[in-house]
Amino acid sequence: MEYIQQQFIQIFGTEWGSSLFSLTTNMMFILAIVVPLLLCVAYLTFAERKIIAYMQIRVGPNRVTFFGIPWLRGWGQPIADAVKAIMKEIVIPTGANKFLFILAPVLTIMPALAAWAVIPFSPELVLADINAGLLYILAMTSMGIYGIVIAGWASNSKYAFLGAMRSAAQVVSYELAMGFALVCVLMMSQSLNLGDIVNGQQGGSLLNWYLIPLFPMFLVYLISGVAETNRAPFDVAEGESEIVAGFHVDYSGMAFTVFFLAEYSNMILVAALTSIMFLGGWLPPIDMAPFTWIPGFVWLLLKIAFILFFFLWFRATFPRYRYDQIMRLGWKIFIPITLVWIVLLGVIMQLPESIRDSFPLNVWF
Amino acid sequence: MERIKKFFSTFFLFELLKGMAVTGRYLFKPKITVHFPEEKTPQSPRFRGLHALRRYPNGEERCIACKLCEAVCPALAITIDSEEREDGTRRTTRYDIDLYKCIFCGFCEESCPVDSIVETRILEYHGEKRGDLIYTKEMLLAIGDRYEEQIAKDREADARYR
Repeated sequence: MEYIQQQFIQIFGTEWGSSLFSLTTNMMFILAIVVPLLLCVAYLTFAERKIIAYMQIRVGPNRVTFFGIPWLRGWGQPIADAVKAIMKEIVIPTGANKFLFILAPVLTIMPALAAWAVIPFSPELVLADINAGLLYILAMTSMGIYGIVIAGWASNSKYAFLGAMRSAAQVVSYELAMGFALVCVLMMSQSLNLGDIVNGQQGGSLLNWYLIPLFPMFLVYLISGVAETNRAPFDVAEGESEIVAGFHVDYSGMAFTVFFLAEYSNMILVAALTSIMFLGGWLPPIDMAPFTWIPGFVWLLLKIAFILFFFLWFRATFPRYRYDQIMRLGWKIFIPITLVWIVLLGVIMQLPESIRDSFPLNVWF
Repeated sequence: MERIKKFFSTFFLFELLKGMAVTGRYLFKPKITVHFPEEKTPQSPRFRGLHALRRYPNGEERCIACKLCEAVCPALAITIDSEEREDGTRRTTRYDIDLYKCIFCGFCEESCPVDSIVETRILEYHGEKRGDLIYTKEMLLAIGDRYEEQIAKDREADARYR
């Protein structure tokens, strides 16, 4: 690294060299995150189709393979899908606002990818180790809604507009529950830095993870995350059976694919955040020999995969919520639960040490 | 009391977990999909697929151009022209089946007094350009010649009920 920096300074001079060097390295880091992420998205769609098919006693995609290798049957499917999507024409409806129509998918995927900047993959492996990481995440995940609203508006179609309205209302209301659930994490860890949040869960085993003291918050966060990413059973924004495909009815080809990528990378993001906040991020479940041999990075990926499996499981199991029921769940159930839990947590944390020490099996406070 | 019970079962997600247990169980169940080109579902000897015109064992075509099939065809898919052959028998000069119109009801086969027009078990056929699925007499006879063994066996199996 040092040597390459020296080379940059020699070639571009002292003024430009170091800034160009940091620009280049940052671009490399961003690519190192985004490219595997998009590959993960591609194979998440494959996993989704396979798992849901298996739950419906079907077999799912099993035809496309790489170079005819028989045991890879089906694994070429996401690549084939991507090629198909790239080949297709992007139809822009006559009544649509062209600029916004093209801008909307960009606005959707941008925050979905940008939020990954602060995700710590292991103690050292984080692109931007900022102290307000949690706030940044909250800000970025709520930005995604602009893309959806603009897509619905620019399509100039009533179905798209209805989808956008539903999505906007839903994401805004679940943002609250999600934020409150994160406040609990914040109180436990006393930090907004995601790395510090994971470090706060250190201490021997999975009993130290925030999953156990904050179990209701974990559920609230997971369910709000499903709602936030507009996944089934909260996918009224798409609502195939009622409003065709919601906000992206009029999108085709690559523009549609970008929405698709954004939805799935948001899913992975929510899964990553859940594993960082509640499942101890890169920490192994038990701090003992066979578990510590596996690098933290792999543990994080395993936890993400675990949560993602639940996302797919939900989709295979539950029918779509009615719109008013979604609102009821968000406002009348989740927000009261989270508020009660915040107060409870605050009371426990303000108790004198002597009383807290008398709690049975207490490792968290 | 009932309401309290219901509240607890929904509030603590018991009902949702029950649903997830069902789908989770099905995840590991053996799959019932038939992988089509490699595996096929069993067919009845009465299967009504692509048509064929049969011949007698001596090579004479069975069809006597009685036009009963043309008359009975509900989709008007069959067109027959006939004239007298040199030996004085009545034979078809044209026997077309428009498979675009055909609904595979099997009436032609039922109406045929000499078991000439039959429906075979073939279902994987296609046309690549417009008009490919209008089958002429030669094509139907060729199908009959090619699959005669299977056709005869199927008629034999079903003979008791005809």
